[in-house]
Amino acid sequence: MIWLSFLGLAAGLAVGILLPVALPVVYARYLSIALLAALDSVFGGLRAGLEGNFDNVVFVSGFFGNAMLAAALTYIGDRLGVELYYAALFALGYRMFLNLGAIRRHLLRFWPNFDRWKVGKKPETEKGKSTTV
Amino acid sequence: MGKKGGPWAVALVSMVLGLMLAVQFKVQHNIQNPLSFERSEEISVMLQQAEQERDLLRTEVTTLRQQLSDGAKGQQTDQGMQDALLQSQIMAGTVAVKGPGIRLVLDDSKAPRQPGEDPNLFILHDDDLLKVINELRAAGAEAISVNGQRLVARSEIRCAGPTISINNTRTAPPVEILAVGDPTTLENSLRMRGGVLDQLSFWKIDIRLTKPQEVTIPAYSGPLQFLYAKPVTDQGGAGK
Repeated sequence: MIWLSFLGLAAGLAVGILLPVALPVVYARYLSIALLAALDSVFGGLRAGLEGNFDNVVFVSGFFGNAMLAAALTYIGDRLGVELYYAALFALGYRMFLNLGAIRRHLLRFWPNFDRWKVGKKPETEKGKSTTV
Repeated sequence: MGKKGGPWAVALVSMVLGLMLAVQFKVQHNIQNPLSFERSEEISVMLQQAEQERDLLRTEVTTLRQQLSDGAKGQQTDQGMQDALLQSQIMAGTVAVKGPGIRLVLDDSKAPRQPGEDPNLFILHDDDLLKVINELRAAGAEAISVNGQRLVARSEIRCAGPTISINNTRTAPPVEILAVGDPTTLENSLRMRGGVLDQLSFWKIDIRLTKPQEVTIPAYSGPLQFLYAKPVTDQGGAGK
């Protein structure tokens, strides 16, 4: 599963680098915000996997849906003269850090003797702790 | 990890992610290192080389022309032939000429601009120059040069960014126009009320007109090659 995703990532990178496709600079903004949304979805999926409630349909739909929505919102904002780009940037960036924090906490559970540093506290449980940074 | 949909969905998603990352890297790379920068340096070097080459060829043209006229003299051809050659040389602009005429120096307006005024109107343009030249020719100027460039039948006066291109040589204001002809007629035609200098002085274009005893107009130094135009020898075919 993990290997398959890394393989896919490598394949995508290779195709992207080898293909002589140059995105016009005008559209670079939309791709960048879509990429941010996609990264956010990936970290969200990673976190969900660590928490044990990963759902493929939710993940895939969230990945494509968020990316397209972010790009579309930026486009509409550009047309209206409202910088919705920054709204998406802040929202997605904030969520990404939340997800990364949660992932860090989950990964720390695998650290041997993680509990030792916590004085008088039980090790974290999976439920209820996921939203704290 | 997966519950439904299989691992292929994740693989597809990561592939799309990789694709997006790669394209974005490329775009960002292009923005930060635009190709045109390296290219412009390369082109400016090429321009320099071409200009050196041109200067070299120009001197060659001058010497060859000198040889041609020396040869014509040496051959002791009849007087009518030599006169015809000289006349066509003057007409073509391949010999320097001198005679009475006018010297007109035009420069950009130095008047203080009011806010909101178009600064373009206070700058000497190629079409201003064209109007002056046109007027001089109408008044019977026999030879004209602009900033040392002899105007010949194939000369152009054209806007070239911040400069003006004449005989494919860039020049910039102040512009010195020399014209051989009847000085009074030339001056009057330029200074006509509502005429070209009147219009230019409205925009406070700097105008200095003098009538020296003698103006010397240099020869055309560019190449005179006709790659496409061929003379028509058949008299009947001329009208077709």
